[in-house]
Amino acid sequence: MLTYTIRRLLLAIPTLLFISFIIFLIVKLSPSDPTAGLPLTIPPEVREQIRESLGVNQPVFVQYFRWLQLMVWNEPLHLIEGWTGWNVAPESTTRIISYQTRSPVMDLIMQRMPQTLWVVGISYIVGIIIALPIGIISAYRQYSWFDQLGTFISMLGFSVPTFFTGVLFIVIFAVNLGWFPSVYDTTHVVTDWDSFIVQLKQIIMPVMVLGLFNASQISRFMRASMLDNLNQDYVRTARAKGLTEKVVVLVHVLRNSLIPVVTVIALNVPAVFGGAIITEQVFKVNGIGQLLIIAIQSGDVPTVQTVSFIFAVLIVLFNLIADVLYGVLDPRIRYD
Amino acid sequence: MNSKTLLLGAAAAFMLSPVAAMAERGSSGHLNIIYWQAPSTLNPYLSGGTKEVESASLVLESFARFDDTGTMVPWLAADIPTVENGGVSEDLTQITWTIADGITWSDGTPLTAADAVFTWEYCTHPEGGCAQASYFDGVDSVVAVDDMTVQINFNAPKPFPYTAFVGSESPIIQAAQFAECLGARAPECTDANFGPIGTGPFVVTDFRPNDVIEFEANQNFRYPDRPYFATVTFKGGGDAAAAARSVLETGEFDYAWNLQIDPTILAQMEAQGNGTVVTAFGTSVERLHLNQTNPDPALGDLRSTVEGGPHPFLTDPIIGQAMSMAIDRALLVEVGYGAGGQPTCNVLPAPELYASTANDDCLVQDIAGANALLDEAGYVDTDGDGIREANGMPLSVLYQTSTNAVRQDTQALVKQWWSEIGIDAELRNIDASVFFGGDPASPDTFQKFYADVEMYTNNFAGVDPEAYMANWRCSEIPGPDTQWQGSNIQRFCMEEYDALVDEMATTADLQERGRLAREMNDMIIQSYSIIPLIHRGGVSAHANSLEGIRMSDWDSELWNIMDWRRAE
Amino acid sequence: MTDGPNQPLATSGATPAGAAPVMEMEAYRPPRNQWWDVWDQFKTHKGALLGLGFFIFALLFVYVGPLIWTIDPTFIDIRARNSGPSLAHPMGTDQLGRDTLARMMAGGQTSIAVGLTAMLLSLVLGTLIGVVAGYFRRLDGPLMRLTDLFLAMPLLPLLLVIIMLFRDQLRAAFGPEGGIFILIVFVIGITSWMQTARVVRGDVLALKEREFVLAAKSIGTPSHRMILRHVLPNVMSPIMVSATLGIANAIITESALSFLGLGFPSDFPTWGRLLFDATDWLQQNPERVMWPGLAISLTVLSVNYIGDGLRDALDPRIRGR
Repeated sequence: MLTYTIRRLLLAIPTLLFISFIIFLIVKLSPSDPTAGLPLTIPPEVREQIRESLGVNQPVFVQYFRWLQLMVWNEPLHLIEGWTGWNVAPESTTRIISYQTRSPVMDLIMQRMPQTLWVVGISYIVGIIIALPIGIISAYRQYSWFDQLGTFISMLGFSVPTFFTGVLFIVIFAVNLGWFPSVYDTTHVVTDWDSFIVQLKQIIMPVMVLGLFNASQISRFMRASMLDNLNQDYVRTARAKGLTEKVVVLVHVLRNSLIPVVTVIALNVPAVFGGAIITEQVFKVNGIGQLLIIAIQSGDVPTVQTVSFIFAVLIVLFNLIADVLYGVLDPRIRYD
Repeated sequence: MNSKTLLLGAAAAFMLSPVAAMAERGSSGHLNIIYWQAPSTLNPYLSGGTKEVESASLVLESFARFDDTGTMVPWLAADIPTVENGGVSEDLTQITWTIADGITWSDGTPLTAADAVFTWEYCTHPEGGCAQASYFDGVDSVVAVDDMTVQINFNAPKPFPYTAFVGSESPIIQAAQFAECLGARAPECTDANFGPIGTGPFVVTDFRPNDVIEFEANQNFRYPDRPYFATVTFKGGGDAAAAARSVLETGEFDYAWNLQIDPTILAQMEAQGNGTVVTAFGTSVERLHLNQTNPDPALGDLRSTVEGGPHPFLTDPIIGQAMSMAIDRALLVEVGYGAGGQPTCNVLPAPELYASTANDDCLVQDIAGANALLDEAGYVDTDGDGIREANGMPLSVLYQTSTNAVRQDTQALVKQWWSEIGIDAELRNIDASVFFGGDPASPDTFQKFYADVEMYTNNFAGVDPEAYMANWRCSEIPGPDTQWQGSNIQRFCMEEYDALVDEMATTADLQERGRLAREMNDMIIQSYSIIPLIHRGGVSAHANSLEGIRMSDWDSELWNIMDWRRAE
Repeated sequence: MTDGPNQPLATSGATPAGAAPVMEMEAYRPPRNQWWDVWDQFKTHKGALLGLGFFIFALLFVYVGPLIWTIDPTFIDIRARNSGPSLAHPMGTDQLGRDTLARMMAGGQTSIAVGLTAMLLSLVLGTLIGVVAGYFRRLDGPLMRLTDLFLAMPLLPLLLVIIMLFRDQLRAAFGPEGGIFILIVFVIGITSWMQTARVVRGDVLALKEREFVLAAKSIGTPSHRMILRHVLPNVMSPIMVSATLGIANAIITESALSFLGLGFPSDFPTWGRLLFDATDWLQQNPERVMWPGLAISLTVLSVNYIGDGLRDALDPRIRGR
């Protein structure tokens, strides 16, 4: 398993290079433009000059290798310098600069990390915590009223888009009841109990909206997988051996049912860091999702490329973790 | 305290409501502003977007600003230079601004003429890619005559010299702060770009690009009693409906900008009684452009170019006229714009001096008349499919615009009216970042105009239409040889028109300029290559507890934020 | 079909033969009878029958409905705008006075068609890649890296590129609506198969080491037969879940695309778009949100129950119990 992991990690490097190049090509080819958001009163010659100063018109390969060099060399140096205070990065090291804000992309990402993790991260954890028991009970008591209700709610949760549930929650809880704020305050800092309550109040609606969506999906996979296993011969054997029902279900069946669930959970962890575009917009959270969508709309190639690349790294990493977990859950799975 | 400060004080008192004189700096507490599109930088020279310019206008100022009536008011300057007072030279090639006394930057150092000179150098640096470079067009040099006097020399007579350092788009930045940021180094100065030192009523305490800005009152501001607000939060994100909701329904915010949402919804939100919707009209006109060249895909690279030949039927003004007559502009306003729009028949609707009245017939919808007009001209439906034909070619158009709920509603309505006069329309909406993007590789930009009809809004900044009217010269037609750069989007070309443009460039007399502009406007409208629809205004909302707002579309909406205050 | 369904599988499973039940069954019955067994089992699942009933009703509503309710969904009756349910407009009208019932029917045609085809495309792609990657060790690496690539791809720029490159050709070949339909189905299909592929592969990896697969392998069963006969039926349930979630996903993605200007023309209603447009009117005309919201949810729910029923019916261990 260790050699497999190391081999996969090494293989990840060319994979990521390839992925980053493909992403770069797509983002470059895409017809959105950094001057699109400017008022039409700004004349075409000035726009052309702006493009020129951004380096938009350089050849694609030059731009890609420039980005790559900055990403794998200058940015890590800068990061080390920031963490340790050592002066490793040469004076005025060039960094990846966003077209839109003309500031380092990494700083933008770091700035948006806290609210993204608060909202999307917590909603994901909440989603998993709700989904697993619902999935297990629904499968164990298949076609009971609990199962029917669970099915109904999770289908509702998945088929009603977040742009609707978000607005619905705002109308009910912010406009009519006035319980929670409809605008997320990113400058709020948690220092004591009271400020924690404020923070809780402002994340509760987006977390509910996203959590419902996540829970729906995971609970469906959990239920289906449990159902498959509950009818297997080994369950009958385990029961025949006289094991308690609790042990049979929660140890034997659950463990064997986790493979698809682990896949789905691992697959969506990178998405946590990618943020949630629509929910962030509805609640004005301004996390990574909003950063990405604004960058896409304004043709901000360095930002889109960098965010997508980090996203790709996380995806490769978490898929590897999922593969390793398969082996842990089911020792018969061998990769070597 | 000398006589000039007294004068300024008097001017300021004139701008205020009488009660305001009692308040003092910071007494109104905290102000929450929401712009649903968030500013990406606070340096308007690096990004010319409205959101950046308006947020920066709290900090950076210029010699003169436009008030809510479009009148120029001296801001950092002692007065407005004119030919009469000797501030503008007789040959119109020089303008001299005098800085008012007692103006300091927020760090306490005095504002001098050298800062203005530096600003000019900063924006005109060839490697800088300055977004406001057009404000310095024709400027030969900017000279500091002494510490308080700035002389701008033009390389040709400039009948309207109030471009550089006038309005929020070309404010003065501090030379000391930006000295190291010239040209290609401009983006490296992140701290300066995100926290410019200004002369304005507020200073930046925290800036998060595309998210939120925190301001506090400038303790060195020239009026000791202002601004009345001690701190300001300037939040971005969400959409227009959410911004309106946060002011009018939940009351979390005090001011929301650019609320282009369905007027029925906005009216019902306003009826909750928390806030008020305000509008201001500038020069924005939502219009249809009728392609005068042939966009047929079969032409390949010659699509929508002059070389590709004229449009099979849209070059005939009769068809354009019928299309215009079929539109009920008042209903478009009612459905999509509410108080934020007025029907118009001119592409140049304001200021009043320039607004023509010759085309006002279009304000009344006349479907029967349009049908009669087409019948008379021989455009009839020959094959019985309900669509008229011109020389065997069905009057069927591709009608494109950017993606936006109001525009899509307008498209649907117009399509229905046109179907009533036997003209068929296929609708297309394109993502705004592509449509307005100008990428020469994309077929969907508004400059390429690979469609028969397209709709969008354009305007001009400030109050002088000379550059705007020059948009429709023959030489401005976009084409492959100019990378599709060019502002004559509908490919209109008339020698008489070009002659009028040249004449205006050398005419100084205001009345005469007005006549020329009106004549040009009528020439375009009567060619029916542009069908104006709506004169659009800015729509914002503020909490009822907020006083002193004088909404303007001629300058930043926040131009007089120093006078804003909380009602007792 | 004379002896049809009266030979429940439990009996065959109980025969002392001991081999895999599937093989056994094939030995003494013509294969198509199996589907009658499936149908019989399906019939006993109340939820599935109800789901099937609603789904047929939805199909009739959107395809036959317009023949009865003949108002043009794009016709604007501006005087009747924003009206609630009435005899003339049973579901009310929108902000331009277009009839909501007619728009629901027209929108349903597109939404159901897009939902089903895009779901099928992504399901076929996902299952194929998942099974092949899980089963053939040598292909696992490359295929999973391909999956990583698609997962990492930023969807919106990709869409803009695809639309820029292919829209005009497709429009010329299939007309404005047909072209966009193919484009959207394709885009949703190729950007949503990855989860199915990963899930299926994970299951196949585990399945491959199970005794019955080893046994089948040891008697020399060829790969394609292994996959079709032994592997595929046993990964049916994650596939079914993916299918249900896939339909909802496709319908909603389509609405997001239309909103971004990358989907159908603006005067072309779909359920997702109707829901999106109505969201702003939540407080003023709540019923406008209700219709498309209900339609999407109930369709997804009915497909889910059909999937449940099918899964049970296809599982030889449950069938006949």
